[in-house]
Amino acid sequence: MAKVKKGVRLEHISKIYQDPKTGKDFYAVKDTNLEIEPGSFVTLLGPSGCGKTTTLRMIAGFESPDEGEIYLGEEPINKLTPNKRDTAMVFQSYALLPHYNIFDNVAYGLKLRNVPKDEIKERVLKILDLVELTGMEARMTNQLSGGQQQRVALARALVIEPSVLLFDEPLSNLDAKLRVSMRTEIRRIQQEVGITAIYVTHDQSEAMALSDKIIVMDKGYVAQMGTPQEIYYHPVSEFVADFIGEANFLKGKLTGTDDGKAVLDIEGNALKVEKRDDMEVGKEYTVVLRPEAASLADNGGMPCKVVLSCFMGSYQNYHVKVGNTLVKLEEHNPKNKRIYSVGEECHLVFDPASVHVLG
Amino acid sequence: MARTKQGASLDRKKLMADPIMMTTIIVLITFLTLFILYPLAMLLVDSFVGDGSLSLGVFKRIFQMPNFTTAIGNTLKVGFVVGILSTLVGLLFAYVEVYVKIGKFTGGLFKVVSMLPVVSPPFVLSLSMIMLFGKAGIITRFLLGIYDNSVYGYWGIVIVQTLTFFPVCYMMLKGLLKNIDPSLEEAARDMGASRMKVFTSVTLPLMLPGLGNAFLVTFIESIADFANPMIIGGSYDTLATTIYLQITGAYDKAGAAAMAVVLLCITLAMFCVQKFYLEAKTAATLTGKASRARMMIEDNSVRRPLTFLCALAAMFVILMYICVPIGAFFPTWGYKFFPLTGKWFKLVFTRYKGFKAFKDSFILSLISAPITALLSMIISYLVVKRNFRGKGFIEAVSMLAMAVPGTVLGVGYIRGFSGGVFHTGFLQGIYGTGLILVIVFIVRSLPTGTRSGISALRQIDKSIEESAYDMGADSFKVFMTVTLPLIKDSFLSGLVTSFVRSITAISAIILLVTPQFLLITVQINEFAEKGSFSLACAFATILIIITYSAVLLMNLFMKRFGTSKKIKEDD
Repeated sequence: MAKVKKGVRLEHISKIYQDPKTGKDFYAVKDTNLEIEPGSFVTLLGPSGCGKTTTLRMIAGFESPDEGEIYLGEEPINKLTPNKRDTAMVFQSYALLPHYNIFDNVAYGLKLRNVPKDEIKERVLKILDLVELTGMEARMTNQLSGGQQQRVALARALVIEPSVLLFDEPLSNLDAKLRVSMRTEIRRIQQEVGITAIYVTHDQSEAMALSDKIIVMDKGYVAQMGTPQEIYYHPVSEFVADFIGEANFLKGKLTGTDDGKAVLDIEGNALKVEKRDDMEVGKEYTVVLRPEAASLADNGGMPCKVVLSCFMGSYQNYHVKVGNTLVKLEEHNPKNKRIYSVGEECHLVFDPASVHVLG
Repeated sequence: MARTKQGASLDRKKLMADPIMMTTIIVLITFLTLFILYPLAMLLVDSFVGDGSLSLGVFKRIFQMPNFTTAIGNTLKVGFVVGILSTLVGLLFAYVEVYVKIGKFTGGLFKVVSMLPVVSPPFVLSLSMIMLFGKAGIITRFLLGIYDNSVYGYWGIVIVQTLTFFPVCYMMLKGLLKNIDPSLEEAARDMGASRMKVFTSVTLPLMLPGLGNAFLVTFIESIADFANPMIIGGSYDTLATTIYLQITGAYDKAGAAAMAVVLLCITLAMFCVQKFYLEAKTAATLTGKASRARMMIEDNSVRRPLTFLCALAAMFVILMYICVPIGAFFPTWGYKFFPLTGKWFKLVFTRYKGFKAFKDSFILSLISAPITALLSMIISYLVVKRNFRGKGFIEAVSMLAMAVPGTVLGVGYIRGFSGGVFHTGFLQGIYGTGLILVIVFIVRSLPTGTRSGISALRQIDKSIEESAYDMGADSFKVFMTVTLPLIKDSFLSGLVTSFVRSITAISAIILLVTPQFLLITVQINEFAEKGSFSLACAFATILIIITYSAVLLMNLFMKRFGTSKKIKEDD
């Protein structure tokens, strides 16, 4: 599409709500700064109540920020009403107009822009082709499946060629299988059109699959911003590590350095990790260990005791205790491996290079 | 944490950027203030400073009038009894319809009974009561040979009002009973309870707030009712009629205003209990949707007596209504029944300016109906979907109008507009014109329309409108292309309901109408008071035909063009 791509910038954005029970004010979004590059796919990820939907609705214009300014490209848009903003939103509940058929639903925004009839028809059919709904124009919305309805909602948003596409948990009403195929579809269409997209979800795998960049939010703050790899491998906090995928937290004191590596004492075992300049001897650090990065062995590593052993098909799920710390791990492709049973004493092994030490 | 102003001021600016929305809100607030709050405020002013200085003098004076204190007692007594009777009869009907397997014929009777009070003018039953059971009543005089039966007074009012209002209870309670999950009662049955025990230990307790609600709604209707006590009350005065006589007979405007304040206080108190206490409780106990169809009671020992009782009551109600059109064809009611004649209808149009009466009523109602319907949809839209300062005010005042008896409003308008706003002469021009009648019609029908609009809108996902807004539609476009089409049915029924309510209205109108306008209901009232029942019947018959056609037309329209139906069918 011929349009110049625009990014979105949030500067010191805050939104204050009143708690309906206590009547006290609280920050739903607090002093948030974001820079979303033109043409990128960015996900706002977080648990419910973290402020991600509020942020999205402020970009769309349904909510007004109490502090700060939102820019679309270089233009401040705080004062613009939703209908004057060059954004289009795909809603969780699809929000199709039930009294219109598919064609009219998609054509709605174009009609409001006084696009000539012939052009409306051409553009609607083209976009319906893009979302693979050709031939469905005359159907009413309730004759479509959930996935199809969401495609219509997407087509309706795309057809007006907005600068930014906003998604508010668009897949959460679909069943698991459809969710997976739809997210591939959304990513394909976004890449094809090359539009800036901001996507709100609480599903971390959705965020991983879709995004160029993930913004993890917690209690109104941005907890971390980065590519999926950065966030997964180098989480900045226990919250982020725990929210994105599964994580074990091993805590230990820094006892000293050895061979340029930092040595942590974890439940009586020495663990050598990459040394950072800000590390201090005697301080306690938390190590993030992903379940798939560890395995069990008869010797080497840290001695442990199996407390749960469960066959999951593609992997064997173990819970083991290293001293007082519970560690969950997944042994993939378990068919030809030795299976440890509950109560067995064995050893937890992992590559120290695969762990990440929190600051 | 200090709340910064930016968000609120941005919201305000966005609202300002929407001039149509802004204008609508301002116009609405002005309208509600001027035509609901202001006249009621004037009543207060009048009754506290009516005798010159700020004092309770006027109230002291009216409470020393024996006929006023009797009227209070009468009104409360009638309201209480009518409330209980209507609730009981309504419950019987609702229970039988929801729980008992009934035949097609009885089912049809039920439908007719629920329809009749909607389409007929409020005092039709008083007429037929007098014609069937009065001194010259067909049943009392000709069938039973009783020559001195008097229907006027307490029992007359109670019977007529019960028959008029119980269908409202029946419809309310039916909705509630349908929401009771049948498995609750099945569980009780399974545990060993008899049907009677299930009813008393499960169904009834669940219904209790709902019954209280129905009772209070009827109570309010009863004490606000003007037409029935007027026609059949005889010397048994209620508050509404006393106020009317105080202003039209004794020309005591301050006294009438004070009496109106007393009546308003009673209805407002009832309304608050109903609105804030009982409605919330009803919703709390009966939230669940029935998960599955109920097993209907087929046991004949239960079915037969209940069906029989209801069918009998229904037929009696229908007989009462039918009596009116038939009565219009008798040469002389009570003396000569044959041959049937059309002379009364002819007289209506020749001697009694029937054509003008129907034209005036029809045109005024026709003007007010679309305005009311649109206004109530706009109010419900603003209340349910938008957020702005003054929203609470709009909601509260349009609800308040529900609790204001017509007579009170009428007195308020006389005091508020006969000398212009605050007696300055401003807007004095509208007093005595058709415009003020149209405004009264609108104010009187607004709450019902708003209530149905609000419940229709609550069922529409907020994001549907947001999506349209997001696509580039302004508030006006969103309302016209999305909201209104989605609540078309509610709009249509609001249109017809307000038309029917307006054309059958009397209580406030009778105080405000000037000789320049002939209104059917006022005519009927006059003829009924004079004892010319045949003429009153002829007028009423034509009125019923008009209202019934309006309802038929609406149903036809909804079948053809109703959107929600189409959507529902496809599901």
